Amino acid sequence: MRLLTHKMALALMFTASAIAVFVTVGIFASLLFETFRFFQKVPFFDFLFGLTWSPQTALREDQVGASGAFGVAPLILGTLLISFIAMVVATPLGLFSAIYLSEYAAPKVRDTIKPTLEILAGIPTVVYGFFAAILLAPLFRDMGEIGGFYVSSESAMAAGVAMGIMILPLVSSLTDDCMTAVPLALREASYGLGATQAETIQKVILPAALPGIAGSLLLATSRAIGETMIVVMAAGLAAKLTVNPFEAVTTVTVQIVTLLTGDQEFDSAKTLAAFALGISLFLVTLVLNVIALKIVRAYREKYD
Amino acid sequence: MTEKIPSADTATKVEKSLKKRRNAQWRHRQYGILAISLGMFALLALLISVLGRGLPAFKQTVLNLEITTDAVSLGVDSLDDKQLFDTANFQLPIRLALRGLFPDARSRFERRSLNKLVSTGAGFKLREVLKSNPSFLGKTFKLEVPTSDDVSAYVKGTVQINSEGKAGKLNRQQVKWTDTLIEQGHLKSVFNSAFFQTADSREPELAGIWGAIVGSALSLLVCLVISFPIGVLAAIHLEEFAKPSKLTDFIEVNINNLAAVPSIVFGLLGLAVFLNWFGMPRSAPLVGGLVLALMTLPTIIIAARAALKSVPVSIRDAALAVGASPLQACFHHVVPLAMPGMLTGSILGMARALGETAPLLMIGMVAFIADVPTGITDPATALPVQVYLWADSPERAFAEKTAAAILVLLVFLLIMNLTAIILRKKFEVRY
Repeated sequence: MRLLTHKMALALMFTASAIAVFVTVGIFASLLFETFRFFQKVPFFDFLFGLTWSPQTALREDQVGASGAFGVAPLILGTLLISFIAMVVATPLGLFSAIYLSEYAAPKVRDTIKPTLEILAGIPTVVYGFFAAILLAPLFRDMGEIGGFYVSSESAMAAGVAMGIMILPLVSSLTDDCMTAVPLALREASYGLGATQAETIQKVILPAALPGIAGSLLLATSRAIGETMIVVMAAGLAAKLTVNPFEAVTTVTVQIVTLLTGDQEFDSAKTLAAFALGISLFLVTLVLNVIALKIVRAYREKYD
Repeated sequence: MTEKIPSADTATKVEKSLKKRRNAQWRHRQYGILAISLGMFALLALLISVLGRGLPAFKQTVLNLEITTDAVSLGVDSLDDKQLFDTANFQLPIRLALRGLFPDARSRFERRSLNKLVSTGAGFKLREVLKSNPSFLGKTFKLEVPTSDDVSAYVKGTVQINSEGKAGKLNRQQVKWTDTLIEQGHLKSVFNSAFFQTADSREPELAGIWGAIVGSALSLLVCLVISFPIGVLAAIHLEEFAKPSKLTDFIEVNINNLAAVPSIVFGLLGLAVFLNWFGMPRSAPLVGGLVLALMTLPTIIIAARAALKSVPVSIRDAALAVGASPLQACFHHVVPLAMPGMLTGSILGMARALGETAPLLMIGMVAFIADVPTGITDPATALPVQVYLWADSPERAFAEKTAAAILVLLVFLLIMNLTAIILRKKFEVRY
């Protein structure tokens, strides 16, 4: 009796943990299935290398541009541009606050500032979207007017900066962990040779923690690439091939949302395109994560 | 002897460079302080901008009117009509009362602008009052009715009179009327309780958050019921029973990667699998909860494993030594000790799920829904989605509502996080 219960309980628990695998497989299979149907309608290379994105569905057969264009390049460029801006904001801020918190700050200061910064990580992304749209975008527009150049009311800059603020605590806490993991012996050896604290950080601790920091930056980039609400609310819909941060750009996630909200039949190329974009997003973030986790883990093992 | 000693030379060199090095050290510190201040400043700017915009929405401007409810003003033949509540025009007595206050508004245009001072919700309110107190029918009584959002914005001071004498959408005449109403004491600011009682509406002054709160609560309930047991069982399996093997390794890697999949991808999964293959209802909290559950699962598993790990081996050994089976040792001794940690992790996971918007957009919880949902298969929306919907509305008054909805959302998140912290503090055991 005891053995039977034991076996049943074990089977139940195993099923529970296997569900995580099912979910991954489910995501992959469902996305792949719809993506295949998409590529029956739109050639693979047109999708991957096409330079225009205008996924309208035709009202009449003979309409101009009835087939729509599904070139993903403008979306990828837009996504990269916004993620880049976000990382430009988050990397120095996150790195320097992590250095200060882990090396300079008194324990008491650290214990109050760290949780306060982490509030930023707990704020829902839709709030950042609102913040970007209602505060940052007008701010950049006004600054542009003063500086004499045109800033679109929905700009990559506003979305990117809001996103940078959002991932700042992620960068900061991951970097902090990496630096705290550097063994005390390295620090003391450096102090013993007469180095100042700043020199020790720059020449000993940062190089030693570099792989871990690189890993955390990769993780943060993957978060930025997959982020949806901020860009939906602040980046705009114009699929332009541009790297000007003051213009409206669109991203992969924005297009998924635009293609799938609103009423439409499920079989059109337009709806299926969202799944092709989804699987690209899934694969890119997955690869980034696997690499990042590998780097972080390899680095940890070195010092343990 | 004036021969130079090399070490003394180095010492002076070092001494000379010291100032520079100390300055560098000082600068390095300042960079850190600057970075942290910038982060704090961003947080402060965000909170202040939301608070400043959102607080006015918790106030509502009401108009105190003396209303006569006879058959003529209700536009019906007789008050005994059984169909009265379906046929009567309840907006009419309010318009008549308003006309009584401003008898010089005679032209069609003037009367129409006068009517626009009150909200279309005023008629609903009168109908509700009469329905619950039928004895008021045919009598004259005082009633506070909501004003239109334009009047409200003017009274609250969120719009100012411009050079043409207009204020927002109010024309010059309407501004004058409103000023008179304020002078005569007919207008009053009260707590906007309707905001917490109604669902979405096309009219900003009538739109409320309650529908979204219920939608979010139902989704989270579904999410918790599914993800908590599965997550905890999976964690127990991985932490206590699974033998190291390739399969276990694979599952572990899988869970870690799942935690980093963008949330919108979960929405796509929900759309393709739950809606299109299983044919579940669109916009329902059931599907929303399922999608959120899949998303929160890795978070709960990781938190629960950490909680199990913190229970010392001696507890297991002691239980086993007195004859408990491995299962009993685990479920009678280890799991109860790890429970506070698991709960804390789950609450934090739920808090994240509460703020999640993108996957819910994918499964259609973004529709305009004017009714408060009553079950998990009713069409519903959720708090963050409501924020998104209102933020997208062009009307000015919705900007205020958006910020107010954000405040409500943040309060809920604060409560959940505080609960988690208190739970952790209260039950934290150090072995």
